[in-house]
Order: sequence, then structure tokens, then C-alpha cells
Amino acid sequence: MTRVSTLVKQALAGLRLLLVLTVVTGVLYPAGVWAVSRLPGLHDNAEAVNTTLVGVAREGDGWFHLRPSAATLPASGGSNKSQVNPDYDRVVADRRTEVARREGVAEDRVPQDAVTASASGLDPHISPAYADLQVPRVARERGLSERWVRKLVAEHTSRRGLGFVGEVTVNVTALNRALTDGG
Amino acid sequence: MWAGVAQAALLVVALAVVYRPFGDHMARVYQRTEHSAVERAIYQVVRVDPGTEQKWSTYALGVVGFSAVGVGFLYLLQRVQSWLPFDFGRGNVEPGTAFNTAISFVTNTNWQSYVPENTMGHSVQLVGLTVQNFVSAAVGLAVAMALVRGFVRVKTDRLGNFWVDLTRGTLRILLPVAFAFALVLLVTGVTMSFKSGVAVDGQTVAQAPTASQEAIKELGTNGGGVFNANSAHPFENPNAWSNLVELFLILVIPVSLTRTFGTMVGERRQGYVLLGVMGTLWTAVLALIWAAEASGVRPLEGKELRFGVAGSALFANTTTATSTGAVNSAHDSFSGLGGGGALLNMLFGEMTPGGVGTGLYSILVMAVIAMFLAGLMVGRTPEYLGKKLGRREVTAAALSILAMPTVLLVGAGIAAVLPSTPGALGNDGAHGLSEILYAYASASNNNGSAFAGLTATGDWFQASLGVCMALGRFVPIIAVLALAGSLAAQRRAPVTAGTLPTTGPLFAGLLGGAVVLVAALTFVPALALGPIAEAML
Repeated sequence: MTRVSTLVKQALAGLRLLLVLTVVTGVLYPAGVWAVSRLPGLHDNAEAVNTTLVGVAREGDGWFHLRPSAATLPASGGSNKSQVNPDYDRVVADRRTEVARREGVAEDRVPQDAVTASASGLDPHISPAYADLQVPRVARERGLSERWVRKLVAEHTSRRGLGFVGEVTVNVTALNRALTDGG
Repeated sequence: MWAGVAQAALLVVALAVVYRPFGDHMARVYQRTEHSAVERAIYQVVRVDPGTEQKWSTYALGVVGFSAVGVGFLYLLQRVQSWLPFDFGRGNVEPGTAFNTAISFVTNTNWQSYVPENTMGHSVQLVGLTVQNFVSAAVGLAVAMALVRGFVRVKTDRLGNFWVDLTRGTLRILLPVAFAFALVLLVTGVTMSFKSGVAVDGQTVAQAPTASQEAIKELGTNGGGVFNANSAHPFENPNAWSNLVELFLILVIPVSLTRTFGTMVGERRQGYVLLGVMGTLWTAVLALIWAAEASGVRPLEGKELRFGVAGSALFANTTTATSTGAVNSAHDSFSGLGGGGALLNMLFGEMTPGGVGTGLYSILVMAVIAMFLAGLMVGRTPEYLGKKLGRREVTAAALSILAMPTVLLVGAGIAAVLPSTPGALGNDGAHGLSEILYAYASASNNNGSAFAGLTATGDWFQASLGVCMALGRFVPIIAVLALAGSLAAQRRAPVTAGTLPTTGPLFAGLLGGAVVLVAALTFVPALALGPIAEAML
């Protein structure tokens, strides 16, 4: 009986403290972070204005294509398919055939990122190899020189920070926007 | 390869830089006797006397009572979401999901059976989920500190005041660090918006007040993201730098707590030896996951190119070794041994280095077990830190250690034979069993990551995983506090020639061996049928 009454007493004290901490950590804390995010240098990051952080598919041969996506917009998500899933093996094989046909190359030249889905389904990046594969088609469709498109790809290829932080990737969202600006 | 090693090295260096000052800061937070003006005002408002110290049983009832009202509050908040602002018509959360989610966030698990972008509005995210990200972490810290006091104090039945420990952990450790790093994350590109979505090239991508949640989600080893893809979502984790910042946040408290511990017991080497064991196992499993992923069939499936295999393996290892459960890649798409490594980290019982507070108290309990085993071998009553480990102490430690495997194996065992389960699996065969095992390991260890191909929205999974989360959290906590109570009541045993030193490599080997042995003896059959079988296909 004393245990029960102690528990009730503790729970009531807990409820009062929870409400106070809710104000502090659930209202004041995010409000503080939000207020700082309104600073001119941070505002556009915070609101993702013209963001190139995410990639969404653009239909048509005049664009650089992203990796396959398993996301159902506006939500994010991956395929969650295992590496020993025969059904998914066939999906990946079909994608490889499709990309090879679209770019007019042999299937063994199709890089792996072209046929696998990212975890978010919003990955804006592709490998330099996959970008390279797409250059002739994009140049042809847009009536641009391959050299110029290749230069554009190079401009949107990121290097590793300090030489070791991150991976070498091409940002397709930024690259496609640059295509329309330049073309 | 070397770029990835250099990234891991940079992370370790950053942790080494803050280890001493931050670890000692945490020790001062829990050792000081005076209260700040803000804290005094809070104690007055909530009507608790900060000067009164509690017995272990009162302390435990405080933890349980506080968590129970937390579950109730969070459940209700979700159930009335449609009345709250920023709900974007997502409606009241379904009862099963609300039940599971309330327990999930209060137990520091942050298992998410829902798709946040379609289910949770910003009000519930902030006023409900963010709050529990703070206070569930502060509860873990408080319990760890109570156990450390059990070792430090002599002949007393008092372990401290739970309300004071909870308030201090929140206001003096979690809040300032989370605020500072939320701003750092903003600079790296993490978003902070109260809109429901943002237009990108003709389509809409969901938006959220991300940065504030992201910082505490990692710092408190919580793991519950504002987006379905969690830290794989570019708005939560935009680049390799933000990835390193988030990894740092995940590790900084569990790692530095070994310093806090050493400082509080008056012998820093006692903490270093724990860190050595934690670091060795963390590194070994990282090597396993990384090697397995680098040689996988489809290494890039479920991974973001900006992180690559190296950044994904580093994150997967860290998030599962710390009970965080945030993910920057889809663990379900990992190779047999890669996903198996993540699973193994959880099966170790989350102590390499484990979650905020939970990691420290878990490895201290394992140290008690290791010393007990050593005592059996030489036929002496075991001691640890000058306290005798008798029947009461070893019983409490054993109860704490056995709770997780028991609820995990019972839950997974039932799930594996239910007729409804095959329909919930995302993949067949050995990998399907791994999905079940992973879910129950994640819930029972309060991790929260998933092999997300498993559809966990059915009644059985919502209910049983909720129960596993609660038992996996509170049975060990009560046992740990009971252990602390009986340690504090003892006098200090003098060091003699027969005392096994607990600062050297012999003890480190015993402790690391105990961690691996307990997991191996319990889980080898399950692992053989899941990840190991898959690796042999």
C-alpha cells in the first residue's frame, strides 16, 4: 500500500516536472533554434529554398537521370530489399538492360548506382561514371556539344572535403538546372 | 578505403578532444550540491524538495512514475493531433501506432512503425517526441549516476534525488549541447521549417522543423527522425560533414561518461579500461560491417552516394552500438554479415559504448558479472571497486542482463510462428528471419533501428514490440537501482593482495570476454539461422 501511494505521489511530481520540461525542451528550445534559422545566411538552408539537397525524377531524355527511387513522395524511403532476393535481382537486371538500351552501351558498362535505389529515395547524386554515360544522350537531345555538357558535369562534381570526407559525386539536381540555364 | 579510415580517425580525434573536459563537466553536474536559480524555481513549481535524497526503491518509483505519465501524455497528444496546429490534416494517430510510439519514445527506443511524413504533424514532433528525446536520455543518465553513487558511497541507503538528476541532466548537459549543435547542423544545411512541404522541380517533398529534433535525436541516442528515411534523408543529413557531426553527437555522451565514471570513483583508469573494452568491440564490429558491405552483391542498394559504403558502415555500426537507432542507410539491404554485425551490436546488450547512461550502467553490470565469474574461477568472494559482490548483487546483475534476451527470444519466437507474420516480411528465407530477429533485438535493447522491410503496423507487432520495449527498459533499470542500493549500503572492503585489479588488461579481457560470451551463448542458434545462413547462401 505504501509503495502504491509512493508511486502515485512520484507520478504526480513526474507529471508536473514533465509539463515544465515540455515547455523548456518542446517549445522554447525549438523556438530558439527556429529564431536563429531566420538569420539571412541560414534562412534559405532552413526553408530549403531552391534546394539541391534532394533529387526528384524528371521525365525525358533531355535530362540527366537520377538513381531509381523507392520513395512515395512527399515521403522518403528505400526499397529495403535484401541482397539475396531473387525477385529484386530481376528488377535490378531489368533496370540494367533499360539503362544500357537508353544510353546505347553494353550492360557491363552500367554502373551500380544506376540500378540501385538509395535509402531516402531522394538521393540527388550519381557517380561520375553514370553521369559520363549520360552525357552523349543529353547533349544530343539538347543540341549541345558533348564537350560543353562534360564541362558542366565537371562543375557539378564534388570532391572529398580535406581530401577524405565524403565521396566523389555528381549533383543531378543542380546539373539539370544548370542545363536549362545554359541551354 | 583510406578516405573512410581517415573519416573514422577524425571522429575519434574529435571525441578525444572533448573527452576530459566534457566527462568532468558531467561529473560536476551530478556531484555539486547547490542549485541554479532556474532549477530552484522549477523545484518550487513542481513541489519537490531537492535537498531530500531517495532510497533506491523511491528512486526507482520516480523513474517508473515519470515514464508512465510520459507514456500517457504522449499517447493522448497523438490521439488528439487533429486539434493541434501544424497537423496538416494528418489526423489523429491510430491507437496501435500511438501506443507503440508513446512507449517507443519514452523508453529511448524511437522505433518508428509509422511514416512520419504522413502521420506526425509538427506539434506532436516538438511538444511530444522532442521532449521525450531529452527526458528519456536524462533518465538514462540519472540511473547511471545512481549506480555510480552506489559504488562510491558507503553505509548509506540514499542514492540521490531522481528529480534533481533528471532536471540537471536535461538543463545542464543535453539542452546546451543540443542547442549549440542544432545551429551547427543548420549551417551544414539541415532544414528547420514549419511548412508541410517544399516544391522541388515540380514535385513536393515533405518539410519539417528538422534541426532541433536532429541534434537531440543523436545526442540523446534516441534515433527517431522527422522523416521516414531518418538520417538518410538529405534534409536531416545533407552531406558527409553533417554525417560526421551526427556521429560525434551520438558518441560524445556514452564515450565521455567513462571519464565521468572514473572521476566520480576517484580513479580515472577505472573508466579508461571500460572505454578500452567498448572501443575495441566497436572497432571490431565496424571492421566486420565495412568489409561485408564493401564486398556485397549490391553494396549501394539502400545507401546514399554522398556517404558511400564507408560513411554508411561507420554510421550503421555506431547507431547500433549505442542504442541510437538513427540510420543513414537501409540496414535491411545490407549483406548477411553486414546486417548481422548491426544485429550483433544490439545483442551485446548495447554497451559498446551503449546509449546515454544506459551504456555505462550496462557495462558496469557486465563488470559485476565478469568479476563474479572470475571469483568462481579462483574461489573467492568477488569484489569490484571495493564492494563485495554477494548473492544480492549478483542476482540483481543477472536479472538485469537476462531481461533483454528473454523478452527478445520469446517475442521473436512467437512472431516467427504466427500465421500472419509471412505477410509482414519484406524478404523471404533466412533474411526474413533476420527481419524478425532484428525487430525484437531493436525493441528489447531500446535501439530503434529496423530491417524496415518488415511491416510492423499489424496489431501483434505494435503490441508485442511495445511490451518488449517497456520490459527491456524498466526491468534492467529496476534491477540496476536495486544493485546500486545494496552496493551503497556496504562498507568499503580493503584492497588486499588477493584483490583482482580492475584497471589492467586482465580485467579488460575478462570484461570483453563476458560481453561476447553472454551474447554468444544466448544468440548463436538464432544468428546461425538468420544472418550467418544468409552469408552462406
